[in-house]
Amino acid sequence: TNSPPHDSIKSKTLEHGFPHQPSALGYSPSLQLLAIGTRSGAIKLYGAPGVEFMGLHDENAAVTQVHFLPHQVELVTLLDDNSLHMWTLKAHKGLSELLEIGRFTLTGPPGAPPSVTRVTAVLAHSSGELLLLGTEGGHVFIVEVPGFRELEERNISLDQVASSVPDDYIGRRNLEHVETLQENPVDPNQVVIGYGRGLMVIWNLEKQQAIQHIPATQQLESMWWTEDGGHLLSSHSDGSYCRWMAGGEDMNEEEEEKSDIPYGHFPCKAISKIIQLPTEKGPPFLLFSGGMPRASYGDRHCITVIHSKTHVALDFTSRIIDFFAIRDPSALVVLVEEELVVIDLQTEGWPVIQTPYLVPLHSSAITCSHHVSAIPLKLWERVLAAGDLQSKHYSKEPWPITGGQNLAPDPPQRDLLLTGHEDGTVRFWDASGVCLCPMYKLSTSGVFHTDADPNDNMNQGTEGEWPPFRKVGCFDPYSDDPRLGVQKIHLCKYSGYLAVAGTAGQILMLELNDEAAEHTVEAKVVDLLQGQEGFRWKGHTQLDVREEPVLFPPGFQPFTLVQCQPPAVVTALTLHSEWKLVAFGTSHGFGLYDYQQWNNVLVKCTLNPSDQLAMEGPLSRVKSIKKSLRQSFRRIRRSRVSLRKHHVNNAAELAEMELAPVQRKIEARSSDDSFTGLVRTIYFADTFLSDSSHNTPSLWAGTNGGCVFAYMLRLPAAERRTDELVTAQPAKEIQLMHRAPVVGIVVLDGHGAPLPEPLEVAHDLARSPDMQGSHHLVVISEEQFKVFTLPKVSAKMKLKLTAVDGSRVRRVGVAWFGSSRSEDYGESGLVVLTNQGDVHVVSLPTVKMQVHYPCVRREDVSGIASCVFTKHGQGFYLISPSEFERFSLSARYLVEPRCLVEVPFRTGSATQRRPQPDGVSSAHRYKSFCVSVFYSDLKPTISSKSAARRVMEHALLNDESEYRETEL
Amino acid sequence: MSRQHRTPLKLTDNVVEVKSKFEAEYRRFALKRNGPGGFQEFYRLLQTIHRIPGADVMLGYADVHGDLLPINNNDNYHKALSAANPLLRIIITKKEGEPVVFATNSLQRRKKGLGLTGLRTSVTGSTHSRSRPGLMIGMPQNFRQISSIIDVDILPETHRRVRLHKHGTHKPLGFYIRDGVSVRVTSQGVEKVPGVFISRLVRGGLAESTGLLGVNDEILEVNGIDVAGKSLDQVTDMMVANSHNLIVTVKPANQRNNVVHRGTKTSMGNSGSVGSAGSNNSALSHDSPSPASQSNPITASNSIAEGDSDDDDDDEDDDGDLILENDCLAPYDSHLVTNSNNTNLNRDSPGGRSHNPGAARPLPQSVSLPNSVGASLSDSSTALSNHNGNPAHMSSSSQESMREDGNIITL
Repeated sequence: TNSPPHDSIKSKTLEHGFPHQPSALGYSPSLQLLAIGTRSGAIKLYGAPGVEFMGLHDENAAVTQVHFLPHQVELVTLLDDNSLHMWTLKAHKGLSELLEIGRFTLTGPPGAPPSVTRVTAVLAHSSGELLLLGTEGGHVFIVEVPGFRELEERNISLDQVASSVPDDYIGRRNLEHVETLQENPVDPNQVVIGYGRGLMVIWNLEKQQAIQHIPATQQLESMWWTEDGGHLLSSHSDGSYCRWMAGGEDMNEEEEEKSDIPYGHFPCKAISKIIQLPTEKGPPFLLFSGGMPRASYGDRHCITVIHSKTHVALDFTSRIIDFFAIRDPSALVVLVEEELVVIDLQTEGWPVIQTPYLVPLHSSAITCSHHVSAIPLKLWERVLAAGDLQSKHYSKEPWPITGGQNLAPDPPQRDLLLTGHEDGTVRFWDASGVCLCPMYKLSTSGVFHTDADPNDNMNQGTEGEWPPFRKVGCFDPYSDDPRLGVQKIHLCKYSGYLAVAGTAGQILMLELNDEAAEHTVEAKVVDLLQGQEGFRWKGHTQLDVREEPVLFPPGFQPFTLVQCQPPAVVTALTLHSEWKLVAFGTSHGFGLYDYQQWNNVLVKCTLNPSDQLAMEGPLSRVKSIKKSLRQSFRRIRRSRVSLRKHHVNNAAELAEMELAPVQRKIEARSSDDSFTGLVRTIYFADTFLSDSSHNTPSLWAGTNGGCVFAYMLRLPAAERRTDELVTAQPAKEIQLMHRAPVVGIVVLDGHGAPLPEPLEVAHDLARSPDMQGSHHLVVISEEQFKVFTLPKVSAKMKLKLTAVDGSRVRRVGVAWFGSSRSEDYGESGLVVLTNQGDVHVVSLPTVKMQVHYPCVRREDVSGIASCVFTKHGQGFYLISPSEFERFSLSARYLVEPRCLVEVPFRTGSATQRRPQPDGVSSAHRYKSFCVSVFYSDLKPTISSKSAARRVMEHALLNDESEYRETEL
Repeated sequence: MSRQHRTPLKLTDNVVEVKSKFEAEYRRFALKRNGPGGFQEFYRLLQTIHRIPGADVMLGYADVHGDLLPINNNDNYHKALSAANPLLRIIITKKEGEPVVFATNSLQRRKKGLGLTGLRTSVTGSTHSRSRPGLMIGMPQNFRQISSIIDVDILPETHRRVRLHKHGTHKPLGFYIRDGVSVRVTSQGVEKVPGVFISRLVRGGLAESTGLLGVNDEILEVNGIDVAGKSLDQVTDMMVANSHNLIVTVKPANQRNNVVHRGTKTSMGNSGSVGSAGSNNSALSHDSPSPASQSNPITASNSIAEGDSDDDDDDEDDDGDLILENDCLAPYDSHLVTNSNNTNLNRDSPGGRSHNPGAARPLPQSVSLPNSVGASLSDSSTALSNHNGNPAHMSSSSQESMREDGNIITL
């Protein structure tokens, strides 16, 4: 009577991480919302943790500017293609959604060059009704918003301004484009127009006339009107800034009050933005970006903060996109190309405030990821505690951006996402809710000798250095040693054991320790070749292990290390914490290691003797040489041919050459193919391997060549576990006829359900597997799903995927789908991502295709490769090096933002602030972030998704049934 | 095969005259053309008639073209009976020494009259220097079907459905595909749609040797699945996944070679096929009922199966998995795995098949076994153990191999 539990399919629900290629920053002090525009045309809004909105412009153009309308819930974006877009946060059924409500492009007089209407500066007037648009041609257009109605009579043309320019202003040369527009903070009728050439004109909007001319002679970069309206600051391309008296009665006696080149003497780069903020008592803060001496520090990305006698040049990790300060001033928010950095300006030393969202996932390139659902509270708290010790240098101040209300319920469970990185670190993320929060960072490099000094702290600056640099931010893509890269991770959530395997064949076993400890880590070298001769490893060498004791901070500490020989990348890893065994595989074979006794139990070489490539190390080089040789031969042949028939039309020949289509060879796989021995998957199971009355522990491994090896394991009784040896006996070998790579192995119990994880039953968290009925083996290859009987292996059922629709399995996971209607009903299934980017759900134990829907673009190879599935039918994949997209196939488990932003209460004061909600403090930043429904009135179905997808590529999807449920 | 022969006599009754020869002795008798009984009965009858009970002999007959063809199963026995007009000439030879070679032109023919004088069981040509050396025809069990044209009766004349059998040969499939533009004539007029085409044939590859596929043939279906709308990579993967038994429906670029355009072949049924012993020169003989294909038991049986659904392929595929079970807990040694002994896992009992060497199928799967493990299960050893019904390899640790319908289980 139950309908299939995965009947409502969710598409993308959420994006985690830092937007790829941000290009614009905006902030609304009244809404306390931050907006980021990207080069791909996305607009993302962030407020309090959990308050997130996303929108996407239909135009595939970069967002160059974002401006909130003061005291409104609207914002305007300017795109690369000179179009302006109006967005609003519309409340719907108690939740807000981000909607585009209008678009506009300036049209000049007929015949005018496009530069006349090319927008270079935007000012959202404090009235909330006007938009001033400065253009490349030097004009200022005034537009009424939100309807985008041009007020032609109020436009400020270049001629109007130029006519009143003082004669002595360098011969009244061309004023150039409008660089910036600023409103007088105390008189909304006054705006200052800054022209590229340097001239600044204070203009009265009401009287439509110039009040004052400020004849700066350096190329203008930015302007700032001080809060009292009394002064203007201008910054210039030569690295100088000037302070001017504003609003002087005498139009001709304005004077340059102060001019300074802060990093002077030698030529400096431009100061691209300058702001000055008063403090309640004491001197103001002066902040500016750039201005560094061109020759010596021209490559630095700096923002200088000067307050009283404190002067710091904050040195960022990547190019500065924009920055703003939250008034008090309490915090400086800086968007750089690769991260968002918030600096606490109230605390001594100006520490960084840890961001609850927009965290740069890619601070070192992500090399793998691993998801663990439903973490026990104890482990969760211990990981958090270890992480808190690591974040001592962060500010204690709460997150300063607090707009919107988070209405989502608490996440149903604690989920961990672990990412492995190129620099040998493993980062732990709280993936339970909308915000992907950093919890803890583990570094494995300390175990090895590397060129880098692990004590090299980024925050150390030498005394007396000028400019006074201070490094901020965590983006650090430079790996000292690529061999450290983490390739596979396996965490047992019950025991706290963690296995981390890397590029140079290293497998580290770690356990959680709440205290710091100092010890040596002994390495056990495992020869996977087993004396196979005639091979030469041409790849990297294995890592050198530190022989002296290493001090490990509280957290996960390595206690034993396996190093594979040859030191090839570890391609498969699994851990059985109950048996205290870890199994691993590389392109040469696989091994089983007893981490209780620190003893290697089994080594099996899977190499095909004819497979030279696997032996020679990193394949790309070998392959590319082969390829380039082939290509150059082809070129030679081609040129000979063309020489011979030189008289024929060369152009036609060229066209023919270029039009030569891609060809694909149709050939059956053979055992001689390269990397057939590469171990793709490895699996532990307690099942019936030899006879149907006794179940035994077993180890299963599947290779690239379609071969499955099964070993029966004999474990000593618990009381003799430390003394007696674990043994492994070969039991079965299956060579799949179709020879496709084996990507997954699962054993099903007598009820047809996948066997539980180790210790899951012991912790009463899973039903014990049915040992009465007969077990089945499911082998998932890239092409087929096959069910075999056990203990006698014979094929029972299968599903051919590739033969039928030409797609191949890239990622596979086992997931439990709870019904959205019935609490206790659910079923297990296989979740599969294909090379076509489609997600399929395959039922167990019948291996029938249930549903499938497009998920990742098929061209997005790295996105497909990065996909991980959760145990509850959700998934993550990288949509850029820095962002995870989250999707859900489950009706019950769904994480989406649910939040509300109210129209600010207008008091008439420009500096009105909303009180900060209680309870948002960095100390419990991980709690209570929740989920929300966006676009709940959209009901995309799988079939009609393309229409929805166009709009919703980066947004959230939902349907009504889901909406009802999550609203409860 | 273009050789002329005498106009068949009009048959007035259902009796076949049989003239059988064993060594120097001739026997003449009559058989009912549609009488009951099969090859085994006929074999015993001949043994009785020639008074050679128990002798291991081989039977051959002279077909209408004068070719010496074997009789070793019901199919070619009935074929021989039906082909007699009215005389059926049987040649019995002892099975010993050098194998008999059946071949075209192996019997000398007289242009006039059908009297057979110089019967030989080996290739001739020395006595008749003017006649071309005949095409070699191996024993039936040496034949492997490598390709066939199927579903001629249900496909449009412009299409061709070709089945390639990878199992029968070590050759690579040997062709490349590319994207292209297909021109379709619709009610709206001519329409250009993306299509997938054969771009290249590898010299000496299976595809080329069949002669059934050509460059620029458009691929329409792969194993019954329409490729329209699929990317080149998808079609590639589909073909590779089906490579053990690939059925491609093509629209040949050269429409003049179509089966249907070459005379009436209704008597052929819906299937023409090419048998080859691995040589390349069998190309383009598919439209003629060559003696090899007609007399080949494999061809005959497969031709019937071809009309069936994919289930056949499924079975073949499943059975192709090589499963090695080593339940005795002997220390692991990669060499011993294939020879390890455990007899309690009889997946499919070999049954009576092992007593029937004549009907043994020619082990189509064996050549596709993985080299690493399959090498020890070579054709000869498995065939021996199969046919003799007892383990052939007593050497290492009494190995028993069983094989049924292509399954291989080493116990």
